[in-house]
Amino acid sequence: MANVAIPLGSNRLERTRSIRERIDIPRRVTLIAAILVVLVVALLLAFIGIRGTRMFFEGGVPLTQIFSATWDPGADPGQQTFGLLPFILGTIGVMVVAAIIAAPLSIGLAIFMSEIAPDWARNITRPAMEVFVGIPSVVYGFLGANVLVDVLRSNFHQQFPLGYSWFAGSLVLSIMILPTITSIAYDALITVPGELRTGSLALGTTRWQMIRHILLPAARAGLMTAVILGMLRAAGEALAVQMVIGNRAIVPTGIGQPIITLTSGITLDMGNTTDNQVWNMALWTMGLILLLMSLTFVFLARRIGRRGAAI
Amino acid sequence: MNRTLNADRIATGVLWAIAVFVVAILLAIILNFVLKSLGTLNLSFLFGDPSDSAVGGIGPLFFNSIYLLVVTLLITVPLGTLGGIYMAEYAHEGRVTNAIRFSQELISSVPSIVVGLFGLALFVRATGGYTALAGALALAVFNLPLMSRLAEQAIRAVPDDERAASLALGATKWQTITRVVLPIAIPGIVTGIILTAGRIFGEAAALIFTAGSSTPTHFDYGYFSLTDPRSPWSPFHTATTMSVYIWHINSESILPDSIRIAVANTASAVLIITVLVFNLGARGLGRALQKRVTGA
Amino acid sequence: MIDRTWRHGALVAIASLFILSACGTNGASQPPSAASVAPAMSASADTGASASAGAGGSTAAVTCATGSITAAGSTALQPLVDKAGKDFVAACSGAQIQVQGGGSGTGLTQVSQGAVQIGNSDVTAESKLASPDASALVDHVVAKQGWVAVVNTGVTGVTNLTTQQSIDIWTGRVTNWKDVGGPDVPIVLVLRPASSGTRSVYKKIVLGGAAEATGQALTEDSNGAVVTAVKGTPGAISVIGFAYYQQNLGQVTALQLDGVDATVDNMKAGTYKLAADGHMYTKGQPDGLTKAFLDYMLGPTVQGTTIPSLNYAPVK
Repeated sequence: MANVAIPLGSNRLERTRSIRERIDIPRRVTLIAAILVVLVVALLLAFIGIRGTRMFFEGGVPLTQIFSATWDPGADPGQQTFGLLPFILGTIGVMVVAAIIAAPLSIGLAIFMSEIAPDWARNITRPAMEVFVGIPSVVYGFLGANVLVDVLRSNFHQQFPLGYSWFAGSLVLSIMILPTITSIAYDALITVPGELRTGSLALGTTRWQMIRHILLPAARAGLMTAVILGMLRAAGEALAVQMVIGNRAIVPTGIGQPIITLTSGITLDMGNTTDNQVWNMALWTMGLILLLMSLTFVFLARRIGRRGAAI
Repeated sequence: MNRTLNADRIATGVLWAIAVFVVAILLAIILNFVLKSLGTLNLSFLFGDPSDSAVGGIGPLFFNSIYLLVVTLLITVPLGTLGGIYMAEYAHEGRVTNAIRFSQELISSVPSIVVGLFGLALFVRATGGYTALAGALALAVFNLPLMSRLAEQAIRAVPDDERAASLALGATKWQTITRVVLPIAIPGIVTGIILTAGRIFGEAAALIFTAGSSTPTHFDYGYFSLTDPRSPWSPFHTATTMSVYIWHINSESILPDSIRIAVANTASAVLIITVLVFNLGARGLGRALQKRVTGA
Repeated sequence: MIDRTWRHGALVAIASLFILSACGTNGASQPPSAASVAPAMSASADTGASASAGAGGSTAAVTCATGSITAAGSTALQPLVDKAGKDFVAACSGAQIQVQGGGSGTGLTQVSQGAVQIGNSDVTAESKLASPDASALVDHVVAKQGWVAVVNTGVTGVTNLTTQQSIDIWTGRVTNWKDVGGPDVPIVLVLRPASSGTRSVYKKIVLGGAAEATGQALTEDSNGAVVTAVKGTPGAISVIGFAYYQQNLGQVTALQLDGVDATVDNMKAGTYKLAADGHMYTKGQPDGLTKAFLDYMLGPTVQGTTIPSLNYAPVK
């Protein structure tokens, strides 16, 4: 890499310029580009924050009502109930089960890719993950509604009488978040210093002992972050889940049941309601809750990450 | 000792099995769509006009997907790379860096439907309707952080020796970044572009509310204008993409059932194959660029 | 790093396999698709003939205007407006009409904010918008649309539901098909979202405002998703638009309502009651291309030919 061409002449000329010109302009330009993301997020937060609280201020719905289990926004004015509990619990439920299915597979795959795979195998799995990411969620939803739901209903009729269910939603999501968790987990594993591996193996441990007792503990924070970020992706997914979950606004009690999530609640009614309806405001509140959940999870992931770094 | 060796063998076997299983799922999904669309997947489907009574084609939708991809990348690649340079080369730990990083992580997890509604309220009105530009801006909102994150990682992965050598030769920091660090980071940045491109191709929820969900019958590619919404080349034309079309076909199309399913399957196959081809092409490009710039 | 060629080769092989297989079957694809269209074509041709006789069969020239407009909103009305828009554009170079879905609420909001020129809706603006916004909009009723109750094809022996039976089923009082003359199969109620035009029309006209048993039902977002669910789920029942039913003949079974067949003729005659006006709203009186297009919607071509061919009923 020593043959990198640097025109020294022009370089010398530039060095005679003022310090501010030489250092600060590129720094400022790149800083502005980086800050842009913060501005967009601030705008988005403000926008959803304002829209998401209109239900309480303009709609006159008491804050405590969102923890009610009754969702009946279509009733006559005055008798409407905007209980968001089924949506909140549904989102959490779908997300957690999806993570339970996807996490072992993803982390297993990440370990395989970083520790075990010969080059040829890694060269299949890595692009495969990228292609996975590129498969659109509508395609998963389409496949889920036309194939998965039928399979569940016909083959496991006892557990899934309708096919449309919590489990179907989680299964579709688990495939969607698999590449997310895998790639973050993989990054966490390869950053574990090689000396730890060689040291362990030199002491005569088997590869599996090294993975279990050295590698996984060392990468624990990163792996947890991977799962949390995967769950976040699951929580935000809309179209695919909505197509297979059955959208029944009840508090979930079994994975064979049709349930509802925040995102499917938003997609179902957003297009058919108008700005001034409390109903519409309630949908924005769902969006805000989703955003607050994301915030919490991002905080959590960062705290875990920091603690991991400190160890 | 025998037991630990056995455990090692079993664990290795299980991990291999997981890898095979996951790749098999992917292959099964791909094959499912490709096999189901064997009879309909051809060039006239790819470039033809959609029909309201037969399978027809997806020409304008394919065009729109590519168009939106290009416009979005025109926004995210320069800005994302610059942002990545800042985070990798200039940023110090502090409140600004923290805010940037937090924003990046948060926005990647904002549901795309929320971004779509944000776009509907902001970009659709600003650009005068459901337009390609409104769609691209909405896509940029959640792909910019991803792009800058990946650019940052690629730049960070460049060994410090390279920087030290360049600085020692008398280059300024900016020269070092643009002529030494960036060329080496290009393959990583290209990977970033592939990843964002995949997401852009696949996105539907955000685009239904911004770029539109109507099905154009025919595009007059000979009519070039950057301002007239009737020209397919204009960023102000309504740009229903392939993903949105698949969603639309499944939900509100009045095509006969068998045709509806055939079109959805075939369009899905096209989408997946496009991602695959794009993936390969972009990787090749990244390597070629690296060779040319570094002369290695 | 080293084994790039291997991976590269493998993936190129996979990709070219797809492309080859795609090209190889090029010629074979046309006949089946043409064949499967035929029934649908003939079905629409029948209704088209009967309706154009009623409208006098006249075809007036289109009055053109240039420009670009967008109509957004109701998905129930979208197929009609979309088809009419495409015919209009085909006859008038220099005009562009985009027809978006999004739902009646989106249509009304967008037209009221001036983001689109026409807002399509299944329901009146007064029922969704605040009164000052609603009164700024001008209503153009362009068609009458009908809905039909459909059941899974496994539900045999039931061809008709009375209004009372429908209420019993939708409110969850009757939960098995054997109670309404069918097989011993549990009833699975598939609803559209509570805010949708389809559901509110059904609730008003058939249920008389009674609340649906949402706790036992599935909810699906669109006509297409409803058809998929009813087709696949034993004992399922739902309500879809005429236009969608027409394209899914044989996939689901249509039921009479109070002994009346769900047909466009019965809807026109007023004997089939599950029907409602399709509205196209403009902000203030329309002009230019918007006016030309709305005139076209209410003119003899759309009212006499397009509307019947898509299983809506004309208003003129």
